[in-house]
Amino acid sequence: MSEATAPTGMYGPVRDWATDFDHADPTYNPRAPEIWAELRAAGCPVAHSDRYHGMWVPLTAELVREVAYDTDHFTSRSVVVSTSTIEAEAPIGAAPPITSDPPFHALARRLLLPPFAPKRIAAWEDDVRALCRQRLDDLGPVTPGETVVDAATQYAAHIPVNVIARMLGFPTEDDDLFREFVHDVLESVNLDPDERQAGFERLDAYIDAQIEAHRAEPREDLTSYLLEVELEGQRLPHEHVRGTIVLLLLAGIDTTWSAIGSAIWHLARHDDDRRRLVAEPELMPIAVEELLRAYAPVTMARMVREDHDFHGRPMRKDEWVLLPFPAYNRDPAMFDRAEEVVIDRLENRHAAFGLGIHRCLGSNLARLELRVAVEEFLARFPEFELADPDAVAWSVGQIRGPRRLPVRIR
Amino acid sequence: MHVRIEADKCQGHNRCYALAPELFDVDDYGQAFVIGDGTVPTGLEDKARLAVANCPEYAISIEE
Repeated sequence: MSEATAPTGMYGPVRDWATDFDHADPTYNPRAPEIWAELRAAGCPVAHSDRYHGMWVPLTAELVREVAYDTDHFTSRSVVVSTSTIEAEAPIGAAPPITSDPPFHALARRLLLPPFAPKRIAAWEDDVRALCRQRLDDLGPVTPGETVVDAATQYAAHIPVNVIARMLGFPTEDDDLFREFVHDVLESVNLDPDERQAGFERLDAYIDAQIEAHRAEPREDLTSYLLEVELEGQRLPHEHVRGTIVLLLLAGIDTTWSAIGSAIWHLARHDDDRRRLVAEPELMPIAVEELLRAYAPVTMARMVREDHDFHGRPMRKDEWVLLPFPAYNRDPAMFDRAEEVVIDRLENRHAAFGLGIHRCLGSNLARLELRVAVEEFLARFPEFELADPDAVAWSVGQIRGPRRLPVRIR
Repeated sequence: MHVRIEADKCQGHNRCYALAPELFDVDDYGQAFVIGDGTVPTGLEDKARLAVANCPEYAISIEE
């Protein structure tokens, strides 16, 4: 249901992007960069919508940055714009620390920083590489010029889900289920709230069972770590452990899958960039940053804490503010040749992983997975192209990336 | 040339350590710090500038 033919939920098609904005309209993600550019060119730095009980969308780098840093006026207590109005209270929120505000946020985040710090994540590289090679082996025999593989469903989708399942100590064979959870929580945002609630209950029940299994039999993984770690001398309440596991399980799956898919989508369409990366593999770390800039998968959200005048926009308490870091990355005021992929771009202050205190906790893991996944795909298939550009289907919602990506191996 | 990190601006994006590990390191929490007193050895000036130009939080500065 994640493709462009998905139903448009409660609200129907967008009538006007400046005044009726909806990122969950299935026509949005396929052409989001054009929509941002059109709105900016039309003198609309902040779009608005009456959908979701009111939503604002800053579209320039300057304004996205301002909201990201302003934790006084904008709360993180809910970061996925949806029809649901029942949200856990600030400052902890339902999935700490992403849903937490200062000062609690820093405490909850500090617990999670060490396992995701650069040197700890670097140790996963061999495992990630072996996983990528296994997925490529599993594609079966390939006939150049004929074989078509779906780089999204047969490759990209499997890499992050497998790694995070292993980090959490969850069964990797449940990966189909994890992708369903992602769909329920992050994609089905404009369904009736009662329907959304059923998805959340299924997710909570699954995680509760995993927590019970870890309580009965502690292991060397993140779930056992969360059950044992102390915050100000106390073990974490069950709701905190569960909420953090929801975050860790879901935040890394379709985000990184989207980044890998978008990178392969770009390389399928640009022979020059692809051949350069094959010839100059040492360029990969720089190229990965440019692909992250151009195809940043994650748009975050905040809620307006109290009524607030934002550069003349009358924001009301509990309205949503969408934080499109991907639009930040395409703002010509911030980047030269912002609409182009400059594969060896050296100056690159992109915000694919956010800005400020909520910088993506998993950014080191995401970068590792993206780089290794692209390296291994190119090593196996140095020549490939889109099998059918019209068959590419994009995700729906705040996470942007290809969900069907048939490429023909040359 | 000297490099400096404003610790309260660093959010652990890890760009400086990835691009110029001769000049920057990260602690167990992913927080970056300059190696030694921040003096940039001859030949590493471009790497120092690269680190500055890739910090999303504008946390790194250079004194020539």
